Amino acid sequence: MSEQALSHQPRDDVHTEPGAIRFVIVALAVLFLLVFVVLPLVVVFASAFSRGISAYFTALGQPEALAAIKLTLLIAAISVSLNLVFGVIAAWAIAKFDFAGKTFLISLIDLPFSVSPVISGLVFVLLFGAQGFFGPWLQAHDVRILFAVPGIALATIFVTFPFVARALIPLMQEQGTQEEEAAISLGASGLQTFFRVTLPNIKWGLLYGVLLCNARAMGEFGAVSVVSGHIRGETNTMPLLVEILYNEYQFVASFAIASLLAMLALITLLAKTILERRLDERQVPSDH
Amino acid sequence: MGLTLTWLSVIILIPLAGLFLKTFDLSLEQFWGIVTSRRTLNALKISFGLSFAAACVNLVMGMIVVWALVRYKFPGRRLFDAIVDIPFALPTAVAGVALTQLFAQKGWLGAPLAELGIKVAFTPIGIFIAMVFIGIPFVVRTVQPVLQDLDVEIEEAAASLGAGRWHTVFRVILPSLVPALLTGFALAFARAVGEYGSVIFIAGNLPNVSEIAPLLIVIRLSEFRYADATAIAVVMLMASFLIIFAVNRLQRWAQTRMPAQ
Repeated sequence: MSEQALSHQPRDDVHTEPGAIRFVIVALAVLFLLVFVVLPLVVVFASAFSRGISAYFTALGQPEALAAIKLTLLIAAISVSLNLVFGVIAAWAIAKFDFAGKTFLISLIDLPFSVSPVISGLVFVLLFGAQGFFGPWLQAHDVRILFAVPGIALATIFVTFPFVARALIPLMQEQGTQEEEAAISLGASGLQTFFRVTLPNIKWGLLYGVLLCNARAMGEFGAVSVVSGHIRGETNTMPLLVEILYNEYQFVASFAIASLLAMLALITLLAKTILERRLDERQVPSDH
Repeated sequence: MGLTLTWLSVIILIPLAGLFLKTFDLSLEQFWGIVTSRRTLNALKISFGLSFAAACVNLVMGMIVVWALVRYKFPGRRLFDAIVDIPFALPTAVAGVALTQLFAQKGWLGAPLAELGIKVAFTPIGIFIAMVFIGIPFVVRTVQPVLQDLDVEIEEAAASLGAGRWHTVFRVILPSLVPALLTGFALAFARAVGEYGSVIFIAGNLPNVSEIAPLLIVIRLSEFRYADATAIAVVMLMASFLIIFAVNRLQRWAQTRMPAQ
């Protein structure tokens, strides 16, 4: 027992470097993370509160800020719920069935991750813009997609599509189809099988995907910036308002909104860390 | 099933197909003219060149961070492990304004750097810094699991055969990390090339000097020069497809090379 514990944690000079080198490497890593990652985060909060707490809350209470917060919540609600449904279906199809073109489908799902957000926005401008493929038709029927909520939602759905499917595919593949087959053979219907067998098995992975999807949906900037048209109080999401206020030198107001988004990021990270630990526990049952 | 495919086509395939169709509005000469115009070429050079430099820094610093996180125990190790993900989680616009504030002439880091005569914000160095920021998690998160899973017995074998520690690290450990390192490098590079939000605030956006390709797309769009925007986008898209293709090949190569894992 104790021998085993020792062999798992070898700490003699064969396995590690001299103390001085260890110190330098840790110091470099910590310094790099502090300067490049932690400091920018601290700057957000320091700038937001640089004129005091009341200035901070005044900035957040502005009608423009409230409108942006509302729009961001609306967009996140639309895109997360749609991606939730279709992400589960896509993951289900890929993990549990074999069909022609499966690899193509997987690369299609990954695509939005590898495309510049600006290009993600651009494709919707080309489709729905005044000179776009559907532009004239939309104008004739008085339907607004671009520079309005539907366009922002579409662009957000596009960039956030991979999160749910990506989180679920490995999990569902690992679990295989045995439990579902057992349920079906015992007389459960397809839907029953899904809600009683599949869903409980994937719930943490699903939550993980939704969490990341939501964070990106609320924080997306490039794609939304291209399709939004920046109409004040109407089509500005929170990240867009951060940009506008910053460019107008309203630093406190800009960083106040930014601090909300930063808090969202921190909460997401915290929840993600907890979920990852849970998922790890499920996959590797600890031996006693 | 059919539903998935339909949804994917509506949301992803049709818009992208539209992008390529749009380029067919242009003749080959027009396309070539746009892509090789001085401003476009410079924007592409800035985007790809600085992304490459930033990915190189990420490769080295990412390796150091991974080594510290996996191999050593130090106070706050778990916290620093979680911190690595901040660039993933922080909305790009927030990162952009924060980095600009930090490196501006009167910023916490900008002021001391200015005294040394180094101007970061509103110069290409600023673009480079922002790209390093967003790229670091890619290298760390691809290399970390591989180093964690690496068998200590190999090191023991190397040591018992008389290899010194340096020899073991550089001849035994590093080579088995190469595929993961290259994958992380490619992912960081691809992300930096397409990055918009965290770069444009700190960039200065001077045409031919500090104007990145994604910004040029946005500028062309706002001028209603859709064809120009599309041509630049197609070039960038092809480049990122190539990178993703390379990453997939790399991973397959790594898998066949190390079947034990």
